[in-house]
Amino acid sequence: MATSSTTTNMTRMELTRLKNRLKTARRGHKLLKDKRDELMKQFLDLVRLNKELRIRVEEALMKSHASFAVASALMSPSMMEQALLYPKQSVALDVAYCNIMSVNVPVYGFKTRSDDPSEIFPYGFAMTSGELDAAVASLSQVFQDMLKLAEVEKTTQLLAEEIEKTRRRVSALEYVMIPNMTEKIRYISMKLEENERGNITRLMKVKDMILKEAHGYQE
Amino acid sequence: MYNVAVLGDRDSVLGFKALGLQVFFADSKEQAAEQIHGLARKKYAVIYITETLAAQIPQEIAQYKDEVMPAIILIPGRQGSLGIGMKNLKCSVERAVGVDIFND
Repeated sequence: MATSSTTTNMTRMELTRLKNRLKTARRGHKLLKDKRDELMKQFLDLVRLNKELRIRVEEALMKSHASFAVASALMSPSMMEQALLYPKQSVALDVAYCNIMSVNVPVYGFKTRSDDPSEIFPYGFAMTSGELDAAVASLSQVFQDMLKLAEVEKTTQLLAEEIEKTRRRVSALEYVMIPNMTEKIRYISMKLEENERGNITRLMKVKDMILKEAHGYQE
Repeated sequence: MYNVAVLGDRDSVLGFKALGLQVFFADSKEQAAEQIHGLARKKYAVIYITETLAAQIPQEIAQYKDEVMPAIILIPGRQGSLGIGMKNLKCSVERAVGVDIFND
């Protein structure tokens, strides 16, 4: 390689250093490759789940939108708003973190203020349409899935990012770092061997010269 | 403790109020962008946003894609599913695998 000849020191110390670096790079490459494979395995499972959940949630939400449309046709907008404006129920979210191959992903748990399922209707039944009850009830059913969807979708996004990063690192090591270093090592060791050979010839030459001077004979 | 927010046009998201979620209304692009940034700064772990609105502010949403908090999740609005949520899922697959392996 053109650059290695100009920048590398042709010393034994440099050679040892490079050999050690190559060893580390090889080990890192293997570990990262394992990490990528495991991440990919988890990711594919999650993507399937994500797709299923999304389809289910979208369908359920469409149904509930349809009920709402009917309800809002039967009731005046101001009545509708009045009915829904002050909720009895409230939801608080508990976020824990789960570690998948060093990626922190959120796990949601939710707490409602009251466990009574009828608490979701914040209005009196006398003044509202029955369709509204159906719409609100269907929404509360889909909420469980919606939360799961949020969790899974976020996890997929975070994993996708990590996989992309790991994949890049693996290829950088495999196609750039490791070949470069092997090339440099080869270059240095050949240069050192060449020096060694040069040295031997020089020694032989010197020996000849000394012999000639001491005994006055020539081979 | 964290909260759950729902962002969208009035008719699409009003119903979530009954469930006890925090509902925010936005009708224009500017409003939506402002709301998203405001909510992300506060203690909202999950923000559901209607696809119609999300389609107008893709950059703002992409910005939070790699953050752990908040999770911005697209839901179909009153107009029906636009398929953007599914498309985003495909994008993540493409990002991780390199090709879309679920194209059906």
